[in-house]
This record gives sequence, C-alpha cells and structure tokens, in this order.
Amino acid sequence: MPVDAAPAIAPAVVAPTAATPAANMARLARGWDSDLAYSFRRSPVAVVSAIVLIICLGAALFAPWVAPHNPFDLATLNLLDALTPPHGLPGAKPEYLLGTDDQGRDVLSAIMFGARVSLLVGLAAVVLAMLLGVSLGLIAGYGGGKIDGFIMRVADVQLSFPAILIALLVDGVARAVLPRDAHGSIAVFVLVLAIGVSNWPQYARTVRGSTMVEKSKEYIQAARVIGIRPLGIMWRHLLPNVLGPVLVLATINIATAILTEATLSFLGVGVPPTEPSLGTLIRIGNDFLFSGEWWITIFPGAALVIMVLAINLLGDWLRDALNPKLR
Amino acid sequence: MTLPIPEVDRLQQRSDRAAPIAGRATLANTVAPLLTVEELRVEFPSRDVTLVAVDGVSFSITPGEVLGVVGESGAGKSVTGAAVIGLIDPPGRIAGGRIMLGDRRIDNLPPEAMRRVRGREIGAVFQDPLTSLNPLYTVGRQLIETITTHLDLSPRAAHKRALELLAEVGIPAPKRRIDQYPHQFSGGMRQRVVIALALAASPKLIIADEPTTALDVSIQAQIIMLLKRLCRDHGTAVMLITHDMGVIAETADRVAVMYAGRIVEIGPVSDVIHRPAHPYTRGLMGSIPSIAADRESLAQIDGTMPRLNAIPPGCAFHPRCPHVFDRCRRERPELMPVGPTFAACWLHVH
Amino acid sequence: MPTSAQPLVELENVARYFDVSPPWLNRILERQRRQVLKAVDGVSFSVAKGETLGLVGESGCGKSTVARLIVGLYRPTRGEIRFAGRRIDAAGPDPAVRRAMQMIFQDPYASLNPRWRVADIVAEPIRAHGLARSSRDINARVGSLLEQVGLASADGAKYPHQFSGGQRQRISIARALATQPAFLICDEPTSALDVSVQAQVLNLMRRLQRELGLSYLFISHNLAVVHHVADRVGAMYLGRIVELAPVNVLFTSPQHPYTRMLLAAVPDLTRTGMPRTAVAGEVPNPLDPPKGCAFHPRCPYADERCRREVPRLKHVAGDADVTVACHAVEEGRLAQEAFTAA
Repeated sequence: MPVDAAPAIAPAVVAPTAATPAANMARLARGWDSDLAYSFRRSPVAVVSAIVLIICLGAALFAPWVAPHNPFDLATLNLLDALTPPHGLPGAKPEYLLGTDDQGRDVLSAIMFGARVSLLVGLAAVVLAMLLGVSLGLIAGYGGGKIDGFIMRVADVQLSFPAILIALLVDGVARAVLPRDAHGSIAVFVLVLAIGVSNWPQYARTVRGSTMVEKSKEYIQAARVIGIRPLGIMWRHLLPNVLGPVLVLATINIATAILTEATLSFLGVGVPPTEPSLGTLIRIGNDFLFSGEWWITIFPGAALVIMVLAINLLGDWLRDALNPKLR
Repeated sequence: MTLPIPEVDRLQQRSDRAAPIAGRATLANTVAPLLTVEELRVEFPSRDVTLVAVDGVSFSITPGEVLGVVGESGAGKSVTGAAVIGLIDPPGRIAGGRIMLGDRRIDNLPPEAMRRVRGREIGAVFQDPLTSLNPLYTVGRQLIETITTHLDLSPRAAHKRALELLAEVGIPAPKRRIDQYPHQFSGGMRQRVVIALALAASPKLIIADEPTTALDVSIQAQIIMLLKRLCRDHGTAVMLITHDMGVIAETADRVAVMYAGRIVEIGPVSDVIHRPAHPYTRGLMGSIPSIAADRESLAQIDGTMPRLNAIPPGCAFHPRCPHVFDRCRRERPELMPVGPTFAACWLHVH
Repeated sequence: MPTSAQPLVELENVARYFDVSPPWLNRILERQRRQVLKAVDGVSFSVAKGETLGLVGESGCGKSTVARLIVGLYRPTRGEIRFAGRRIDAAGPDPAVRRAMQMIFQDPYASLNPRWRVADIVAEPIRAHGLARSSRDINARVGSLLEQVGLASADGAKYPHQFSGGQRQRISIARALATQPAFLICDEPTSALDVSVQAQVLNLMRRLQRELGLSYLFISHNLAVVHHVADRVGAMYLGRIVELAPVNVLFTSPQHPYTRMLLAAVPDLTRTGMPRTAVAGEVPNPLDPPKGCAFHPRCPYADERCRREVPRLKHVAGDADVTVACHAVEEGRLAQEAFTAA
C-alpha cells in the first residue's frame, strides 16, 4: 500500500530549531493538514466529544466567573431556597436552573465547581501516574535484566490490588500520619497521590513493551555506536517514539481517574464536603434520592457520565487514529 | 561455472523450454493465452489525490509459460499481481481495463466467485512463507482444507493427496511432517509447503510474488528449481514477480519490466537481458553487480523512481533518462515493437 | 593490497555466545536444558588501513554479530579486538575509539529516528563528541556532510520519511562520517535497496573510500556486491570463518566446499534459462551445530575426520594470502582443477 507514513503526532518534539512566529504558523498549518487532524475532522463522534469536553472544561475552569451562583459563599445562601426543584417542575425558581440542594446551593453551580475539583484530581493523578510509569517503564525496558525484573514484579504486585484498595490504603496512611485538621486541606493531594500511584503499572507496562520493540531498532543501535549515554537515548530517542500509546492510555485514564475520585469521594474518603467534587455531590444527593429530591444527585451524576463518556470516546478515536493498522 | 557437487543431477536437467516463446514479435499470441490483462488500471484513492499504482498495463501469459515481472519497489508489479488474483485491498480498486482468464472475465467477479477462482484456477505464493501459513494449524490440516475446498475429494483421498503434494515439493518424510506446525519447518521448507498449497487444486496459473526474496541464496536456487520443475510437469503457467533480475534470468521465458506503474519493456528474457531496448532496462542491467564482470564502478541511474503522487508527465522515466529529448517530456510513449521485444520509448520511432 | 605494518582492526579468536535458555522456571518444570547459541565461535582477521574486507555468509552465520562486537554493541565472550593496536574489547566506551569507528546499518527505514529532522540526526555525533560548538559551525558541518553524500544541505530540514530508501542510506552514511572516522562497518548496507539505488550507494561508498582513505568491513549475503567492493573476502559458516582470501583468488579459485557452493548459487545473468546449481540441504540449527566441521552434513567430501574434528583456519600451500578451514583441502583430497571459473 503506497501510504506515506507521516509523523502522526508531535513531529517537533526534539527539534531544537528556534520557534519564530512564522514557524509556529507553519507548524499550525501543517498540524491542521496532518493525517491526525484529517481523521479528527472525518469522525463525527470525535468532534462531538471534543465539543462536549470543551464545554465541560470551560465551565469547570471558569466556574468562579460563569457560574450563576457561588455555592460556597455562605453569605449568598438562602435556606429558604433549599430543595428548589429544577426548571419545568412545580415550585421551580428561574434563578436555579437545575434546582438547589438541602442548603439552598444552586446545583448547576455546584456541578461546575465540583467538576473543577474532579478534573483537577483526574488530570493531576494521570500526570503523576504517567511520570512514574513512563520513567520506570523506560528504565525497565531499556535496562532489561534484573532492573526490569524488579520493576515489573513490583508492578505485578501492585496490579493485583484493586486501585480503590490502594487509594484507601494511601488515604488511611495519610490520615494516620497527619494531624486531624490538616487532612482536610491536603485531601486533594492525598487523592492525587493515591490514584496516581495505583495507576502507574499500566503505563510502565505499555512503555516497557514499546521500548523493547524500539530498542531493537537500528536507530537505537546507531545512537549507541555514536556513543550517546543511556539516559540520552531514553530521553531523546526512545521517549518520543513510545509516547503514542501512552497518550491514548492517558486520555482514557483521565476518565478512570475521575471515576475513581468520584468513588472515593462517594465512599467518604475523598475531598471534604466543604470543597465538594462531583463524587461528593452525588453522595450528598444520595441521601435525598428516595425522598423525592432526585435532582440533587442525578444532575451531578449525569454531568459525570457525560464528561467521562466524552473523554472515553475521544480516547477511543485517538487510539484508532494512531493505529496505522486500522486506517 | 561447473561444480563437482553431486546429488542434484535430477534438478540440474535443463528444462526443455517451450519453443514457441522465442523470437515472437507480436503482442497477440498464436497460442490462445491463458491470462490476458488489457489496459489494467489500479487506483488507490487517498484523501487529496488518487494514486495510480498501475496505469494501462497489458500483457498475456500462455499455458505453461513463465512470465517474469521485474521492477523496483513502487513500480506496481505486486499490485498487478494482486489485481489478477483479486486481492486489492480497499480503498484500492481496479479502475479500468480487463483481466481475462481464458475466455472468462475475472476482474469484475463478485467476491464469492473470485474466491473459487483463487486457489482452484489461480494459485499464489508470497514472499514470506511464515506469514502465508497459519501458525496454529498443522501443515497437513491447511493442505487438506485447501484441497477439500476446491476439489470434491473424501477426507481420506484429500489426506493422500496432501502427502503426495508434500513429497512432490521435496519435503523429506512427508508422513511425519504432515502433522507438524509451520514453526517446525525451516524457511526453505516452509516455502515448499506454500508452493504445495498453491498447487493443491492443480491451478493453471500461479502468481508468485517475490517467492525467493526471504530465503538464503542456496535455498533460493532450490526453490526456483522446484518451481520450474513443477511448472514443466504440470504445464502450469507462472507470473513471477520479483526485483531480482538473476531469478528472472534463470526462470522466466518472457519478462515485463515495470517502471512507475507501467510496463516499459516486454519480451523474451534473453533479448531483454542482453539487448535491452529501453534506457531504463539498460540502466537496470548495468547497475547489477556481477561476479563475472570486472570491478569498475557500476553504471548507475541517477535519481530515484518518482513517487506515485508525483509521476512526471510524458515518459515517467524522462527526468532520469540520459537520452531524453523534447517529445519524452510532452508525450507518453506506448509499447512499440523493437526487434523481438516491445519497448515504450520514443527513441525507437524513426 | 594492504602493505602497512600494523593493521587498523584486529580480531583474535573472538567468540560471542548468547544464553538463549528458556526461563529458569521452565527449565525446572519442563526439564529443559540450558541452551547456548554460539553466534560467533573463534573468529580472527584483520583489516588494514584503506582496505575493504568483505564478510559473506547465509543468514545466521554470525556475520552481523561480528560487526556488533567490533563497534562494542556486544562484549565478546572471549578473544581480543584491537583498534590501531589498542585493545577495545574490555574497556568501556572510549570516545576516541567511538569516533574513529562508525557503523552503517541494513534497514534505512529503521536506522533513522523517525521523529528527528535529518539535520539533527546528522548533527547528533557532532554534538555528542563536541566536535563543533556553535550552532552555526554545526549547521555548516551538517550541510557539507549532506552535500558530500549527494544530498542538498536544505534537505536537513526534512524528516526521514520524506526520503526514499537510497536517500536515507545516504543520510546514514553522512551521520557515520560526521565524526571523521577511519573505519566504517557496513552491515548489509544495500540489501534493502533496489538495484539501481544499490549501484548509487556502492559507487558513493567507493568514492568516499578513495577521498577519505576509509577502511571498510563490508558485510553482505550478496556475493556479487562483495565481489564489487572488497579487497579481501572472508566466508562465514555457523560462527566461523571457513575461508579468507583476496577477492580475485576467492572468486576464481575458491577452496572450501562451502565457498564453492555459495559461488555456484549466485544467479548468472549471462546464462538465461540455465538453472543454477542447487545444493541439497539447509543451514543446520545453530543451537545444535553438527560435531566436527559444521559443514560436513552438506559437504560431498566429508569423511570420518570431518565428522570428528573441527578444522582450523590454515594457510593453503603455495599462497600465503589464502587461509582455509577444511580437512579435505589440507589433505589434498579436493581436486584443485574441479572448480573452473566460467
């Protein structure tokens, strides 16, 4: 098949050429013209997911400015507005689009602020897992032998625990070690650490596999013949070439991390209710589910589902687009 | 070169080569052709351009004849072979021309009918013997499956035929080997199995795409010998696709030289090799190092074959041709008779 | 012909074994034995300055392992490798030796990092060895290297996938020349290329040898190519050199039965329609090589001694340049007139 193998992703990772505005424009034009962008434009699912995701991200990121209320500013809360149903139901109030919870907080605003925490935790956890997993995977794959054996056995052991168990463990340790009142302020970091640490073996395995494939290719041997040190080979030669599958994995993992965060928060070991994430909101709302105030839990849940679904669909598309066999 | 190595006399017997091949100077054969390809055009639509991999290719193969198709990578030789057996992967498609097997047109057959033609009437041998065989099934099972798909034989008869085939392609101890898996065979033995598979239903034509490229030189010679002997014994015609002029020289009766999706020269093998009429064929022959020639610097054709998305107008070879003149840049030459061969070159118009 | 006193590169009884045993647990549970692949088993040769030594043999004969031993990608199991008189097999990577010895690989599609620009690929050795400091010097050097191998200096801004196989091999050569080496190891440099492109690359390599006084170790399975470039040729079979002779001698009067077989298997364009002489048998499994001379199961002259005793590389009577490892040749059992060049 006479298909030109274009550099599918990030062709300019290591190019040390000066980035003039003109060069940036040219790169942008080339990016728009690339096979990846083309495949994106041709996939309605990817485009819709991206739009949904951008709306979610925008709403979360700019929540303090775009949210109709500040649900955490106690001064603006009015208990008289508590348990207002959403639009279209009897008793709805125009200023509360999706209704309010038992404290009179606007559900829509709470979702926007909650998504902020959820996304922050998800992204940070994935970045942490990626940093850990990619470097350990590179070392294992390139070093081989005993180092490889050690790292991968640790990964095996860790993979045999469910992620939530590990997160619970880290959370428990943090609670035991830290003073009681300190926990609330660092809860987010504990969550990131717990989810990040429980996810690194996936990255390590993926990276190790592709590193071992790439390592046997002649350009790595050529670099060794030139006299490049192992760290240089890993960083400059191997990393850009093993990153493709990692990016796919990371995309899908953001969704998983958000879900894990929600689960942990739902179980009560996540972020405190004073700074709720989507999971916390669902848990709070859960108490009212059977008393008729379903909107308090259903809307945060729907927001979570939409966000996770969009990320997953985008990840699926990315995987297919980067896989030359499926093209 | 003569050698004192015995035990291969059987294989060494000179093939009684089909006499009617030599000296023919017409494209139309006097013998009714087995395969006729007319003005074949294969396109691969991509997102902004349509790449034309094969463009106006015509040739024919008579029963029992070995037609070599030679060319460098990207010349369109494998695509031509794939078109004949109906194995062009989408989005690629046959965009023009006709492929006739005997009197029957086969390029527009529905997939189901084409599958029956494939294997039953046209066999295929590919480059990599490892990927042509399913690693999960024994060699015997694959052979028997192929036999019973195409021939109406009882399981026992099929098993017997499988053993015969293995013995015929020179696999020692076929009774034991038939129950082994492909990975238990060496590269050369695997290629023999692939040839046995291609022969299973006694097809009239075999498409062999680089059948010896993955093999060591000494094994190459064995496989070529085997192909030649089988074709002689069964009267099977072969379309032998390869980049190796040496393999063509010793195997083929006629040879078609392809460049950038077109046949630039076609004719009896000895004429094309010794008196190439097209400048590309001449350059190609001159660039092959030989142990018989002295070690002067090799003749080289400067530049590279154009990519499919940038085939020059006129004669596709003109940017690299040492004899280029004005007409070559403007007009595309068709195949025209030059002595016993046909060449697509304006040099031969007087 | 080489005349200088000290050879540039010397290998003395070099061997490299690979442990290809199944994992420990499988060995215990399935009672499998340890398996050692003797990829290279006692190879000695030298390359003089300005000389090209060709190494031929079929796949699995160990010729590529020899190349990787010399450049230091593998450590030898035993034996000595010397470069300009200094041992290089034991010490870690010595930058001076690394600079003086470079390698060209077989697959032009795998030997260049697909995510790097050509200019960065060619500049990598210059940067790694600090051969030029300022980016202007580096760019100038890269430009002249690219022009030296027949590319334009503007090509440096492109990525490898924008080039054809032959052009990529030129980029590989430019990268290898960047450190101004004295010795180039070429592992099947043209076997992935089309013939017309192969001719271009071979001619380029000869021109560079003339201009820069390079020495080559040229590894190939293609005898015609080796005949074209080499001054001396060694034929390898199952990890050992079976014959080492000047190119004219080896191609006109090969001694070892394996060399004869290889030569006979080369297709001859001048004799269309003539099948070449096929040789029965295949290369044995290198994990379980035959006892004695490894070639004896395929050799028409094998006798009891060949099955028992490994032949050593010895000078042939009457020619100091030719060494052969064959009992039959040594004992004169092989009729000399049997092989006549076509």
